Amino acid sequence: MTRLKTAILIGTAALTLTACAKKRPAVLPPAPTETPATTGQTGPGGPIGNGVVPGSDADFQRSVTSNTIHFGLDQYDIDPQARAILDSQADWLQRNPNVRITIEGHCDERGTREYNLALGDRRANATKNYLAAKGVAPSRMTTISYGSERPIALGSDEAAYAQNRRAVTIVLN
Amino acid sequence: MFRKTLTLALLLGAAAAMAQEPAAPTPPPAPQTAAPGQASLPADDQAGGLIVDVEGGTSQPTPIAIPVMPTPAVVQTPAGATDTLGRQLSEIVANDLRNSGLFTPLSPGQLRAVSFPEVTAPAFDYWRGTSAQALVQGYIRANADGTLTVGCYLYDVSAQRELVRQGFVVPPADWRRAGHKCADTVYSRLTGEKPYFDSRVVYVSETGPKGKRVKRLAIMDQDGANHRFLTNGQSIVLTPRFAPNQQSIVYMSYENDRPSIYFYDLGSGRPRRVVQNANLTFAPRFSPDGRWILFSMAVGGNTDIYRVSSQGGTPQRLTNSPGIDTGGSYSPDGSRIVFESDRSGGQQIYTMNADGSNQQRISFGGGRYATPVWSPRGDLIAFTKLAGNFRIGVMSPSGGGEKLLTNSWSDEGPSWSPNGRVITFYRSGRGAGGAAQLWMVDLTGVNERRIPTPLGGSDPAWGPLRP
Repeated sequence: MTRLKTAILIGTAALTLTACAKKRPAVLPPAPTETPATTGQTGPGGPIGNGVVPGSDADFQRSVTSNTIHFGLDQYDIDPQARAILDSQADWLQRNPNVRITIEGHCDERGTREYNLALGDRRANATKNYLAAKGVAPSRMTTISYGSERPIALGSDEAAYAQNRRAVTIVLN
Repeated sequence: MFRKTLTLALLLGAAAAMAQEPAAPTPPPAPQTAAPGQASLPADDQAGGLIVDVEGGTSQPTPIAIPVMPTPAVVQTPAGATDTLGRQLSEIVANDLRNSGLFTPLSPGQLRAVSFPEVTAPAFDYWRGTSAQALVQGYIRANADGTLTVGCYLYDVSAQRELVRQGFVVPPADWRRAGHKCADTVYSRLTGEKPYFDSRVVYVSETGPKGKRVKRLAIMDQDGANHRFLTNGQSIVLTPRFAPNQQSIVYMSYENDRPSIYFYDLGSGRPRRVVQNANLTFAPRFSPDGRWILFSMAVGGNTDIYRVSSQGGTPQRLTNSPGIDTGGSYSPDGSRIVFESDRSGGQQIYTMNADGSNQQRISFGGGRYATPVWSPRGDLIAFTKLAGNFRIGVMSPSGGGEKLLTNSWSDEGPSWSPNGRVITFYRSGRGAGGAAQLWMVDLTGVNERRIPTPLGGSDPAWGPLRP
């Protein structure tokens, strides 16, 4: 049983979320705020608010401005709006220093297949480099390009294309 | 000399190779219809003979009669009864020739039933009463050892003379190849071009909504037959290409969330990674001699072209620009490589020597150029042009003579037939339901047609002529 408890405490976010859903904490947690748990605390700190585990991808998404930045046509530079988003991501990552992330790079469909794989890689790496410049250790970050294989908007119009040109930061475990 | 026997040809060692029969079939007897004066002419004398012009022939396709191939005895084989096969063989020949755009096969109602002895003694009086300018007769025979023999004879109807004959011995599983070989014999003899019908296409079969396409590698004969899937769709797979010996393919897969290129032995069905590192690798292609695999690798946000021995080993870097360099394709003699790069600001086409030296831009038209592929004939480079729409085009290896062959919203990813006369590509539709399909188009830009596949399709790669 001891091993099992340990596993629940430091196991995957999915397992701990399931456990949290069934269990009432002995002490009522503080009211949910935008600020996550105190510096350096992850996992064993216990659930927050709706059962979101500190340091999880769910915690990340509800804490940062957005997990997604967007790019101009054929571009991979980080514009001011993207910078603001990445700054909030970097802040959270500083407060959760044991967390690893993967950054996905995506393109719209108006490019040829192989070039889009390379462009998606450029976007993911540009994002990673910005976060590294903000103090996030590169060893915490991996990148993956999906080219135009995984659009989020399915239309063939400029609005859909703009949504698809993106880099998505995903917290692992 | 006018040949009276079937062509003697090299027997090839591979199990799937076809043996060409050295002796004349018995029966039927040697041709009786040639006049004595004509019998001494060489079989390929073209003076006044039937010629099909590949450049203009699609505007007036040549009427050709391809009656059902008889069998000396109806025998059940693992491929079916020989009389049924004889009919199907004539259909394979007719479809191949029709799909080239250069021939119009006579409809079944215009054909006569040809008996086995008539195969080498055509009823020219009958055929001259039809519109047919050429006549293809053949037969199929089950052999005692379980193989099938297919004879194929081409005749000039108005000259009343045989132009060429070929015989093929195949295992029952390969019976369709005999039909394609016969069509190739006819096509080559009449056009002077190299053959291409006995070949296969490997491609990505697609199904499902655009945001979550299920992609599987698939292989089929160039006429769509013998279709089979090679992967199960659990991982995104892209851009498969044949090895020159057709025993393996290279492709890119997102297996284990590590997008990289794989080598896949078609016989054993076991993929193995080509490059052992964590970088994104993609856009693989074999060199014409099969010794090298060209590919693109992204390191820290920069993509360049590398090559690695097809046996594995350390990749050698060929390009080193801050731009995206990708999509390499070898010239048929293996001495040069054509590729795309955006080092000038947008995707353009470049050539270089196979060792990476002498990199030169060759595309200068308005718009961007991508996915260059060198024709097996060496004379042209096909590409995707991005100028609003995506269109398939060709240009010379020095960049001149640009000609666009298609004009749709999104045509991409050309691949050449083995004889450099037909291009396959994929066409995508707009919107959420927009699916990709495989198409082919003649080098002259005519005869654009969709290739039927079980599901959608993209990334076609046309394999070499089968031996």
